[in-house]
Amino acid sequence: MKADRKNIPNGRRIRHRDLFIAFFRSGMLGYGGGLSAIPLMQKEVVERYSWMDDEAFSDILALTNALPGPVNTKMAGYIGWRLAGFWGMMNALLASFLPTAVLMILLLTVLHAYKDKPWVEGMAKGVMPIAGVMIGVLAWDFVKKSKSGLGWTMTIVYIAISLVVMQLLHIHPAILIAAFIIMAMLSKGKTKTSHRVGEK
Amino acid sequence: MITLYWKIFWAHFISNLLGYGGGPATIPLLEHEVVDHYHWQTTAQFSEMVALGNALPGPIATKLAAYIGYDVGGIIGSIIALFATIAPSLIMMIALLGLLMRYKNSPKVKAMTQYVRPTIAVLLAVMTYDFFFQSYETAGLLHTLLIGVVGYFALEKWRISPVYVVLGALVYGAIFLGD
Repeated sequence: MKADRKNIPNGRRIRHRDLFIAFFRSGMLGYGGGLSAIPLMQKEVVERYSWMDDEAFSDILALTNALPGPVNTKMAGYIGWRLAGFWGMMNALLASFLPTAVLMILLLTVLHAYKDKPWVEGMAKGVMPIAGVMIGVLAWDFVKKSKSGLGWTMTIVYIAISLVVMQLLHIHPAILIAAFIIMAMLSKGKTKTSHRVGEK
Repeated sequence: MITLYWKIFWAHFISNLLGYGGGPATIPLLEHEVVDHYHWQTTAQFSEMVALGNALPGPIATKLAAYIGYDVGGIIGSIIALFATIAPSLIMMIALLGLLMRYKNSPKVKAMTQYVRPTIAVLLAVMTYDFFFQSYETAGLLHTLLIGVVGYFALEKWRISPVYVVLGALVYGAIFLGD
C-alpha cells in the first residue's frame, strides 16, 4: 500500500471542504462515543467520497485497535493525514471533535452558572442514576467481550485479581494495566480465538 | 500554573494511554485521576458530566477532556487536555505505521486488548456502584431506583436516544428533586 497522500485512487484531489464535512457528519451523528461512529465514518470515506476501498479502511481500523486511546480521533487524524498530509489531519481531527467539545463546555458552564438554584441542583441529582446505567451497561459490555476473548474462567480470575489489587490494596490502575500489557507481550498470544489443539 | 497544566496533561495522557478499548475505556481511568487523585471534581459532578456528555454526539473522551481542562485551567487547560488525549496515540499510529502493519494480526496485539478488558470492566463496575451509591445518598432510594430502572429500559430496551433520556432525567430532577 503506497501512501500517496496528495491524491486519491482515482486521481482527484482531496477537497478540504469535503474532508471537513465527512468527519463533521460522522462525528455529529455518532452517539455513544467511539465505535458507534465507525460505520458512519466508513460510509463517508468509502461509500460517499470513495477516498479508499473497504480493505484499506478495515486495515486502518485494525491498526487503531492495536493502539490505546480514543478510536474516533485516531481514525479521523490518520485518514486525514493519509489523504492530505498535516493539514488534512488537522482538518479531519477538528471536524470530528471540536463542535461537540465546544458544545459540552457551553452546556456545563451555563448549567453551573445556575448551580445555586434548587431546580438545577435537582437536575444534577436526577441525571446521576442515568450516568450509573450508562457506565453499568459499558461495564457489562466489557465483561461480555472479555468472556468471548478469554473464556469465563480467565475472565473471572482476571476480574478477581483486578478487584483485589485495586480495591483492597489500592494500587493505581495504571500499574495493573501496564502489568497486564507486559504479560500480553510476553505471552504466546494464546486466546480463545486462536487456540491450538496440540498445546498443553 | 505550570504545575496545574502539567497535572491536566498527565491526567489525560495516562488515562488515554492505558485506556485500551477506545474512549469508553478511558472514562474510569479519568475518573480515578480527576475525582480520586486530584480532587478536581466530586463523584456527583463527574457523573453529571458523563450523562450530559453521552447526551451529546461525538467522541466521549474528547468531550470529557475539553470540559475537565476548561473547568480546571480555562481555555489553555482545555487545549492541553485535548492535546494529551488525542496526540500521543495518533503520533504513535503515524510513526509506527510500518511496524503496526506487520503486527496488526499478531495474537500478541489481540491479547493486549483482551488482558486489559477485565480490569476496565472492574473499574467501570466500581464507578457504577459509586454513581448509584452517591445518588442513593442525595436523592434517596426511591428516586434512584425509579430513574435507574426507567432509564435502563429507555436506553437499552426501547432504544430511546440518550438525548431524550437525559433530558427526561433533568426535567424529572428539576421538578421532584430540587429542594
